[in-house]
Amino acid sequence: MNLARREPRWAVAFTVLLALILQALPLPTWLEAVRPSFVGIVVIYWAIYAPHAGGIFAPWLAGLALDVFKGEVLGQNALAIALVAYIAMSFHQRLRNQTLIQQSLFVFAMLTLNEAVIWGIEGWSGHAVSSAWRWIQPMIGAMLWPFVAMLVGRTHVRS
Amino acid sequence: MAVFGSGSRIGGGRGPSFGFRFFCYAVVSVVLMFYDRRGGWLDTARYGLQAAVYPLQLAVNSPSAAWRWMQESFTTRETLQKEVDTLRNQLRDQQLMTLRQAALESENATLRGLTTAMPEVIEKRLIGEVINVEVSTLRQRLLVNRGGNSGVHRAQPVITGEGVLGQVYRIGPFSSEIILITDSEHALPVQVLRSGVRSIALGTGRATALELPYVPQNYDVKVGDVLVTSGLDGVFPFGLPVARITRVERDPTQPLAQIYASPLARIEADREVLFIWARPGHPAAPASPEAMTVEEPKPAAPVKPAPKPARKPAPQQAPQETPPATTPGTEAAPTATPGTEVTPAPAPSPDNGAAPPPAEVPST
Repeated sequence: MNLARREPRWAVAFTVLLALILQALPLPTWLEAVRPSFVGIVVIYWAIYAPHAGGIFAPWLAGLALDVFKGEVLGQNALAIALVAYIAMSFHQRLRNQTLIQQSLFVFAMLTLNEAVIWGIEGWSGHAVSSAWRWIQPMIGAMLWPFVAMLVGRTHVRS
Repeated sequence: MAVFGSGSRIGGGRGPSFGFRFFCYAVVSVVLMFYDRRGGWLDTARYGLQAAVYPLQLAVNSPSAAWRWMQESFTTRETLQKEVDTLRNQLRDQQLMTLRQAALESENATLRGLTTAMPEVIEKRLIGEVINVEVSTLRQRLLVNRGGNSGVHRAQPVITGEGVLGQVYRIGPFSSEIILITDSEHALPVQVLRSGVRSIALGTGRATALELPYVPQNYDVKVGDVLVTSGLDGVFPFGLPVARITRVERDPTQPLAQIYASPLARIEADREVLFIWARPGHPAAPASPEAMTVEEPKPAAPVKPAPKPARKPAPQQAPQETPPATTPGTEAAPTATPGTEVTPAPAPSPDNGAAPPPAEVPST
């Protein structure tokens, strides 16, 4: 009971909302092409450092919001993000002991998986957008990971 | 799941494992996707969800809106004076252009054998403001602050002062998502204003280019030609300006020419768009689904004679030297397929004489 109260639920909600806003912020075209999935990065962070705060529900809800936001097939981002969160949670103990640089490799793999799942679902629903940028975005995300992790880390006390 | 399941035991006794919960969410997602794809009841859920994310979208929009407001409130007198001058000049030019409008309209009516001039095809319009939100990185979409509550409906034409912008793709109560004609999933039946050649303009995914991939080599299309909507799609009324041809490549070894055009509507310049309602029954109104399928079922046959003469007025607006009436049809035929998957409205079957206006035309 006591443990549950220490879960940084508000921090999760706040940062995920912030990530959603970052995702929707209008940017110049050249910046827009390389914008990584901020929601994905933040979800991976919480999956590693506070897997019980948001559980899988928070990532799933964020993904659903993203679907409505982007006007895509309902559930596609939700499924992809929930999958990423689940895998990250499963490895969270091992990942916590790694440095941020080592973690960014995992983040890269997860963001690529995220894109691959979305791409696959888009292909199934007949709306696939094939663009090389899609596969560059996870790389950018992995590079941003140490900074995002440090920033998000300030919102709660790590146990 | 058992492979990844180890992490779930950390919190001990906090309900089901992560693996099980993930499985549940995955099932829900797949069910959602399945029903969203099929359409139906989920559309109403989506309508509500659009309303739920609308505040978030407004929040995202607010910094740029505030910035624009600041810029507007701190403009100097000179800038405003200059703007008033240009607007005044523009107004004079426009007035000159419309000066003979009434005379031309009655002349047009005489040519068509009608006793009175037709009213304007655009019956009603609604101004919407673009919400500055990144809808999707890889697509050409826009969010506008008008939705179902303002009477906006799906597949409604959206234009700007310069030309066709796109059509309504999804609606919420307070907002709607516009798919631009440059989106790679959009196809628009068009006609060259000068020569009457019909084709389909496909979006390329880039904001500045449209592609006309289904025009044969020997058709009369030149750089600088203006494309207008042909009204065969059942969405857009006839004659709205769409784009200007920028490049025509004719490779003698290929059966089709490669033609590119740049859209006339600019969205960066002003943040306002127009939703339009076409007057039903007008010769320039978009072809209704009934008028298109009229050839198929037998019982509808008696209705046919009526739309036939009504068809005549429309081509008259284009010069007479159009290519043989069959060719646009045959040329548009292969494009019917991209049209179907894109345009929310029923795709045209263009070679059936494509009688757009229903029977009520002669009565006007």
